[in-house]
Amino acid sequence: MRFTFDGVEHAGRAGDTLAAALLRAGVDVVGSSIYRGRPRGISGAGAEEPNGLVQVELGGGSEPMLRATEVELFDGLAARGLPGRGALSPAPDSARYDKAYAHCDVLVVGCGPAGRAAAEAAAAGGARVIVAESRPDRAIAEKGELRMLGRTTAIGCYDAGYVVLAERRTDHLGAAAPPGAARERLWHVRAGRVVLATGAYERPIAFAGNDLPGVMLASAARTYVERFGVVPGRRAVLFTTDDSGHAAAAVLADAGVELAAVADAREGVLVRAAEGERRVTGALVGDELVPCDLLLVAGGWSPAVHLLSQAQGTLRWDAGAGGFVPDRAPDGYAVAGAANGTYDHDACVAEGAAAGGGSARNGSAPLRRAAEPATLVWAVEPPPGRDWEECFVDQQRDATVADLRRATGAGLRSPEHVKRFTTIGTANDQGKTSGVVALGVLAELLGCDIADLGPTTFRPPFTPVSFGLLAGRDRGALSDPVRTTTIHPWHVEHGAVFEDVGQWKRPWFYPRDGEDMDAAVLRECAAARAAVAIMDASTLGQIDVQGADAETFLNRLYTGDFSKLAVGRCKYGLLCSADGMVLDDGVSMRLAPDRFLVTTTTGNAAKVLDWFEEWLQTEWPELRVHCTSVTEQWATVAIVGPRARAVVGALAPALDVSNAAFPFMAIRDATVAGLPARVCRVSFSGELAFEVNVPAWHGPALWDAVWAAGEPHGITPYGTETMHVLRAEKGYVIVGQDTDGTVTPQDLGLSWMVSQRKGDFVGRRSHRRADTQRGDRKQLVGLLPEERLPEGAQLVLDPGAPVPVPMAGFVTSSYDSAALGRPFALALLEGGRERHGETVHAPLEDRTVAARVVEPVFYDPEGTRRDG
Amino acid sequence: MLLVPCPYCGDRDETEFAYGGQAHVPYPADPDALDDAAWGAYLFVRDNPKGAFAERWVHSAGCRRWFNVVRDTATHRVQASYRIGEPAP
Repeated sequence: MRFTFDGVEHAGRAGDTLAAALLRAGVDVVGSSIYRGRPRGISGAGAEEPNGLVQVELGGGSEPMLRATEVELFDGLAARGLPGRGALSPAPDSARYDKAYAHCDVLVVGCGPAGRAAAEAAAAGGARVIVAESRPDRAIAEKGELRMLGRTTAIGCYDAGYVVLAERRTDHLGAAAPPGAARERLWHVRAGRVVLATGAYERPIAFAGNDLPGVMLASAARTYVERFGVVPGRRAVLFTTDDSGHAAAAVLADAGVELAAVADAREGVLVRAAEGERRVTGALVGDELVPCDLLLVAGGWSPAVHLLSQAQGTLRWDAGAGGFVPDRAPDGYAVAGAANGTYDHDACVAEGAAAGGGSARNGSAPLRRAAEPATLVWAVEPPPGRDWEECFVDQQRDATVADLRRATGAGLRSPEHVKRFTTIGTANDQGKTSGVVALGVLAELLGCDIADLGPTTFRPPFTPVSFGLLAGRDRGALSDPVRTTTIHPWHVEHGAVFEDVGQWKRPWFYPRDGEDMDAAVLRECAAARAAVAIMDASTLGQIDVQGADAETFLNRLYTGDFSKLAVGRCKYGLLCSADGMVLDDGVSMRLAPDRFLVTTTTGNAAKVLDWFEEWLQTEWPELRVHCTSVTEQWATVAIVGPRARAVVGALAPALDVSNAAFPFMAIRDATVAGLPARVCRVSFSGELAFEVNVPAWHGPALWDAVWAAGEPHGITPYGTETMHVLRAEKGYVIVGQDTDGTVTPQDLGLSWMVSQRKGDFVGRRSHRRADTQRGDRKQLVGLLPEERLPEGAQLVLDPGAPVPVPMAGFVTSSYDSAALGRPFALALLEGGRERHGETVHAPLEDRTVAARVVEPVFYDPEGTRRDG
Repeated sequence: MLLVPCPYCGDRDETEFAYGGQAHVPYPADPDALDDAAWGAYLFVRDNPKGAFAERWVHSAGCRRWFNVVRDTATHRVQASYRIGEPAP
């Protein structure tokens, strides 16, 4: 297999990782360190690798910060080493990512000896089993209900056996990847039981020069020999604290590596420094400099307890295992094998079988534990001429023992504080090799026992994952549902610019040739005030409220009195939350004594229905009421302006549209343009207006008919921006724009909508609280500013006051008005109702704009235009 | 992600539900009988125990019904779920 690294072509073998292939090709230096620019090579063989960071060209784009130890070689692979950090490709990720959801009785994470035994035992007991294994060379044969997920890493463990897995499906295939295949798949698994058989990571030791290429974990060197047939050096020195280092050295010796020296810390022999420039050339064993090109380090083992810790399992220091081992596992979790601090093969298998078979106690003690405490060597004092600055703890962060000494010198004691101060453990390897070493050094510096220093928190993901995988197919148009009305195609065809309102696409304005938004809105406003204009109002939420107690129910939730609302009439209503603040508003129609149709703000429809259900189910289950969302069932067209009556009259010849026969706030069932319709005389603009509701599928037909009937009158479509201007000119608030959850009806000047006679309703008691009765609450006012203000602009009373100038309020709505011929605004202003006639000031970035405070009704305050 | 036992539908993923805060905090029978402090306590003051906590959930993406759950806030272990109107176990 050919591949290029840093532009140079090399040969590797099928089954190699990039790290193995680089070692095979004799590439010592893979990259450089992030801050100090020191040469770095391969030091590990798996997910723990802190140094061998590469950027790889893959099908979906260029992927940075991959570990060469986990990148599988394919023919034609192109990679380059990184200086401790990579760069995300600015191009969109063209790869496809999938998600899958699965349930099983037993999920086994890891397919080493313990994991295999667990899977076998679970399957033998009839369980549905999923086995996830990161390494491509490990698997268990699928049979019955045992499913093997290879190249799959468990990245997060959560409550109640919920585990998230990342499966890599195509990267290892290179150009041979099937077109259209998902590059990776994110598995959401809910397991009855989870067996963590995740193994352990060997630890390095912090001595001078321990980051030189050629300094390698002993277990990693053994892996390169046994798994890949690669000999990572010719002449080795072993620095070990335990027997596993000797076992690794023996494997290398069998492969022809000359073992130049052994420093066994148990015998008091230490490697005090590594010599070399671009690769290790010698090891200072005691006082003797031993020439070598490979320095094997075996500093003990740290169980891979990350997933257990994520799932809220607890850890404890085990002196015999020389590491943090599981203490208590949460419900449904069991740990087996090296992850449990068990390093004997047969004991690992026995633990796995017990865990898989369900007979293991949670967090059970390892079956076989060393009688003697493990020998621990965290850091070796550098020889004369060398420095703690060369004794690396976190190689990916370039953090050394000197950094830890600075941290404790500055008075830091807590591992969490030291982690943040030194950044140890915060790189993308999340401290797999450095975390426990840092704790060991810290314990020595503080003169305490490492058992007293709990490890820092482990958080998902266990290994880095791409954002593309987490997003899956929920990208672009699929990231959130898009709702459109039945009339939407007409808006598109007529050049509407759309605005997102919740999930709805609503026409914002309809620019004609060359118009910008301001010009279009002024024209649309003028049409609504002077002639006739139409708007698609189908997005307004509609809730059908039925039942014998419907009136009682609405009376308990709305501020107004529904007992006086006659059938065939509608009224404007306000909802408050229990704290008295305005929650939503809308017009409610009484269709029958026991049936109402309630409308809501477009963006609040679901919230209001949920609000209704919450009170019905949790407080008043005795009420005989049913609520149904019918928003999607209706298309609604608002016909607005002095000529609206002529248009509706032409379309509904049988309907008497005169003001006497069809007064404001009345509802009529009628045939409009040949369609069965419900017509309401409501107005959100102050103009004569009819809202015509037809079954949703008739929406386009109704719209076309209104359009045709209106053409002689110069009918004009308008969007949400014009709607906002028209309503603001009348001082009608929009919940969520002019209110923010801290505004009462009284603050808005809507006391007239709050019934004083009907009895209790949600929010009423709060309107008597001392706080809601303060005179200096922010109240809705109108502003006539010198120029159009930005919405959100802060208002002050005295712009010359010393900084910080007290804020007296802020602008909630601001527009240019065709009808007024000037800019205007709505604002919430402290004690605003007492300030009419005063001047307030809006300090902007480079100037301060004065504004006169006025009543929040700018247009037709007498309401003469409502009836045409 | 919690596994929430809906009393109507059975065990479902937490993402199907919305949380409703402490259970058994009824709307006062006569709000006018409460002084501001007592009314304020109803509005804003809730228990925050470490351990068993009775709380309301609604199966928003399922049956849309409200119910109560007793959950250990330290371990996230769900100890019971029961319908509105049923006494806490």
